[in-house]
Amino acid sequence: MEIGTYVFLQTLISGVLVGGIYCLIGIGLTVIFGVMRIINACHGDLIMVAMYLSYFLFRSAGIDPLLSVVVTAPALFCLGWVLHRGFITRLSGSYAEDNSLLLTFGLGLVLANTVLVLFTADYRVVETAYSRAVWRVAGLSVSAAYVFSFAMAILVTALLYLFFMKTDLGMAIRATAQNRMAAGLAGVNVERVGRITYGLGAALAGAAGALFTPVFYLYPTVGSLFTVKAFEVVVLGGMGSITGAIFGGLVLGVVESLGAVYVSTGYKDALGFVAFVLILAFRPAGLAGRSRL
Amino acid sequence: MVIPARTAALVAACGVAALFPLIFRHDGYVLNLATLILIYGITGSSWNLLGGYAGQPSFGHAAFFGVGAYTFAVLFPSGGAWTVPGFAVGGLAAALVALPIGAVIFRLRGPYFALSMLAFAEILRLVAQNWTSVTKGATGFMLTPTVEGKVAHYYLILGVLAVLLGITAAMASARPGFYFLAIREDQDVAEALGVNTVGYKMLALAISGLFTGVAGAIYANYFAYIEPNVVFSTVEISLATYLIVVLGGMSTLFGPLVGSAVLTIMGELFRVFAGTGNVLLYGILIVLVVLFMPDGVVGMLRRLGPRRRRVGAA
Repeated sequence: MEIGTYVFLQTLISGVLVGGIYCLIGIGLTVIFGVMRIINACHGDLIMVAMYLSYFLFRSAGIDPLLSVVVTAPALFCLGWVLHRGFITRLSGSYAEDNSLLLTFGLGLVLANTVLVLFTADYRVVETAYSRAVWRVAGLSVSAAYVFSFAMAILVTALLYLFFMKTDLGMAIRATAQNRMAAGLAGVNVERVGRITYGLGAALAGAAGALFTPVFYLYPTVGSLFTVKAFEVVVLGGMGSITGAIFGGLVLGVVESLGAVYVSTGYKDALGFVAFVLILAFRPAGLAGRSRL
Repeated sequence: MVIPARTAALVAACGVAALFPLIFRHDGYVLNLATLILIYGITGSSWNLLGGYAGQPSFGHAAFFGVGAYTFAVLFPSGGAWTVPGFAVGGLAAALVALPIGAVIFRLRGPYFALSMLAFAEILRLVAQNWTSVTKGATGFMLTPTVEGKVAHYYLILGVLAVLLGITAAMASARPGFYFLAIREDQDVAEALGVNTVGYKMLALAISGLFTGVAGAIYANYFAYIEPNVVFSTVEISLATYLIVVLGGMSTLFGPLVGSAVLTIMGELFRVFAGTGNVLLYGILIVLVVLFMPDGVVGMLRRLGPRRRRVGAA
């Protein structure tokens, strides 16, 4: 193969690998939106908390970040539960829906800055045995760390799919997202489903955080970056749709990767924003289709 | 003659505002704080027109602030006789930018509109950062200050604020105000009743963008240095503007000014006493305000005051 094709395939593969993790971020946000109609502006900061948790587990107990998912996911579930119970359910008043954006934005600021005050703004990095490892596959270089993260992301997504399709709680969540009132009439405890869903979304953010730790720099305000990406994934795939989030995650990963290589790196974030606005304005159901779980 | 307490309070406040710099003319720090309050007061009051009265809260007014700031900086870096007209030019540039933005995203409602505005602000920030030949990018743009003395600045900005509040008050009690109220309360019903919702939303956006742009131009002239991450900042400008209005009282005339005063002073206190943790306190403030004071300070004062039948956009 000549060099141009190499570069293209390389870029494509890195895009897909990162996209796998983006899917997890997207599913978490879209599930929260689908069930509760809340736009969770602190999603990225939840990921950041999980990354720090993963980092400290690695530093103190040598636990590999990819394995720390089993700790970060439940831990973030609890954090999400507390945030929801303690703050989000108190929303009332005439501007409740708009205020949920402002409120979650504020919560995100609190999370990010608590971490900043506690742990300083120093950049941190996790170096595992495979952090720098590169595999040569058919002449292409593939980052081992990304492959492992991607594999874990696939595993979590598969488990999630089983959860939503086969378990009654999963079906209750889907029902509430499709039609809140009908679900309530059918006997679903809608309030409880809401709380659990927020925790679930946070848990997915927790999983994504653990998976990002081996491949990303860690600093208190990295959350805002992830929040933006989460929104882009969800808008691409259709707000409230899980398959959409998977689609959106992969597309975003690939587009970003291609954009960074073939378009100027300065403007590549702008492309994401432009796509975000255009899709929201002209195809709000997302590129994938309908907005339902 | 019986003077209602509200009018008396208003007149007293105006008196204070007018005489303030003469009393403190030797205290640069206090004057600076007061000027900041006024600048954010302008930004908040213009946001209020769109977000409060017309009910379309935006999370991206930094877009207009930044456009106003950079237009002024690039066209009139040495100010001089062009300072005041320059503010108007900055405002017009922002209004011109507002129109196509509105055309694209006014089909969105509520949080989606807010987020799309945020996206626009970010896009413009990246443009400012990368278009280095014009904006000097991340190095920032230095201007030559020409208005001498903080007192002169104060009165200039106070004048602009007075004009804006005058326009807002005039609109609120006239037809536009009623239409804004209708659009805010139920856009579809308003449309069905024959209100030109698109037109009036654009009007609100244009005026809101214009005065936010003017505030940005004033900011550029006053601080004589701007950079993309400051004037297009989501947290420092967009979020602060939203918070100022919520804190002070959405769709009230003086709410944004009150909110600006409270927030600017608290921000200073946070910075002085909390050091690194000042943004943390800021975040906590946002959470508390949204949960416990969604109607803002003026809203709360209203509810404590005498009950009157009000007909109008407030």
